[in-house]
Amino acid sequence: MSKKRWWQGLGLLLVVGLGLFAYQTREVSHAGESITAVGSTALQPLVEAAGEQYTGEHLGTFVNVQGGGTGTGLSQIQEGAVQIGNSDLFAGEQKGIRSQELVDHRVAVVGITPIVNKKAGVDHLTTAQLIQVFTGKVTNWREVGGKNLPIVLVNRAQGSGTRATFEQFGLAGHQSKTAQEQDSSGMVRQIVATTPGAISYVAFSYADKTVQAITLNGVAPTEANVITNHWKIWSYEHLYTKGQPTGLTKNFIRYIQSPAVQKTLVRQLGYLSPDQMRVNRDVHGQITKLEGAE
Amino acid sequence: MKSTEQLEQQLKRHSKAAKLEVWGKVVSFSALLLIVAVVVAIIGFVASKGLATFFSNHVSLWDFLSGKSWNPGITDAHGKPEVGALPMIVGSFLITILSALVATPFAIGTAVFMNEISPNKGAKILQPVTELLVGIPSVVYGFIGLSVIVPVTRTLFGGSGFGILSGTCVLFVMILPTVTSMSVDALRAVPRYYREASLALGATQWQTIYKVVLRAATPGMMTAVVFGMARAFGEALAVQMVIGNAALMPGSLVDPASTLTSVLTTGIGNTVMGSLQNNALWSLALVLLLMSLIFNLIIRLIGRKGRLQ
Repeated sequence: MSKKRWWQGLGLLLVVGLGLFAYQTREVSHAGESITAVGSTALQPLVEAAGEQYTGEHLGTFVNVQGGGTGTGLSQIQEGAVQIGNSDLFAGEQKGIRSQELVDHRVAVVGITPIVNKKAGVDHLTTAQLIQVFTGKVTNWREVGGKNLPIVLVNRAQGSGTRATFEQFGLAGHQSKTAQEQDSSGMVRQIVATTPGAISYVAFSYADKTVQAITLNGVAPTEANVITNHWKIWSYEHLYTKGQPTGLTKNFIRYIQSPAVQKTLVRQLGYLSPDQMRVNRDVHGQITKLEGAE
Repeated sequence: MKSTEQLEQQLKRHSKAAKLEVWGKVVSFSALLLIVAVVVAIIGFVASKGLATFFSNHVSLWDFLSGKSWNPGITDAHGKPEVGALPMIVGSFLITILSALVATPFAIGTAVFMNEISPNKGAKILQPVTELLVGIPSVVYGFIGLSVIVPVTRTLFGGSGFGILSGTCVLFVMILPTVTSMSVDALRAVPRYYREASLALGATQWQTIYKVVLRAATPGMMTAVVFGMARAFGEALAVQMVIGNAALMPGSLVDPASTLTSVLTTGIGNTVMGSLQNNALWSLALVLLLMSLIFNLIIRLIGRKGRLQ
């Protein structure tokens, strides 16, 4: 009997303890000192790093960052379930999103480059050739100046921001042929690096020595070329809020957009800063030159 | 007088054991109720989302089941969205059936060895090994598949190495322990006097196994295989890592293909709740749910038939 009592007492203690713990954490996370940002995995590293720095400098605040994909980010912010939705795309480009309710905050620019397996023997292509390769009109590298090796297409998943940007600006709006799909850039790079004749596309920061980045129409995939829009395959990284941001959300977005973060963290992590850009691109892809840019 | 009243009260009052009995019943019944509610809620949710493709987006069921082009974001020449799920359905079935075909002989062989030929070694070595295989998380299988099986297929057959063949290899290892341990149970359920009678008639051990034990255990074995198939059909992560996720009709075993689960896992994060793309994925989930229901029904049918014999 006493043993049973003992167990009951322990159980009660556990319940009370858990309750107290839950109450404590509830206090912290509902006091307006915590925000959640959800969405694009391409933007996640930047928001995470900036969130860590920000909460380190402002004690008592908490920035919770989750992945899930651009679609998830935009639908969650539209529903008001989170404070910030991370997106690789303009909200107006994503189907099912009422973009007029959302406010766009651009925090970075990402250049995207086609990458091929080194055995293909190709390091430059024209846009027309790239379209032929991705629409399946050309199936052997020999036909575009490479070795006699069949072309293996590797796509990102449908609806991925990188894929949407690549198809819009790299393939001039053409849809890629249905081929194998991977859901992360790291995986894509690994497959391209190990599969003879593979071609895909990744953000600049993923294009390392294991793969061959492609010079397109004589323009090399470099940051300098993105800034001037000579390299056309790039996109803004957006933080979306529902209505104008307030409180911690507003402060945090301002912090990411501040020169201090833009000049350090953004560039260290392989993104470009929107402040560097000498051109502006709107949701329809219209380019305007900017005066007095850095 | 007072003592009889006390006695009456004592007898009429619920005893401690009776209270405990009621309490036990309440607890177990509410647990049951909760589980049923969860199952109903899941089926209801998946169905409501999955059927929205057909009712609110007006995709015809036939187009969905027989269409060969999966591109929910794009509309075809007739202005209809391309949501043909046939490549995924075929991919799922192909990979399930192939892996079951490969795994069954191995599983039955192992089970026979463990139960009939060498029960001692079986219990000491093989039993723990199969149990260990069950416990390995699917992502580990997928990772091994990605770093070992895919390169091997690539060097042997060319192409990218991703495809149904690699998926089959991974699933074979994954469902083998399930099928094996259930086959062992089926063999164990064969009464001892079957074997004794057979041996007494002068049959050899192999004859006994082949003509008596395996025949008697057939319904149980079939249940084991269907269970394995159900697991293979529903496996997402490991398959997604090695199959290549191309929503194409599988032309050969070494071309990239896709399954219902692999399209679901890659696509769900890139769609917006309530949009057609999202609903189409839910329709795939509904197909998966219905298929696992059918697998369960098959298992029950086999079980009933086995008992009738």
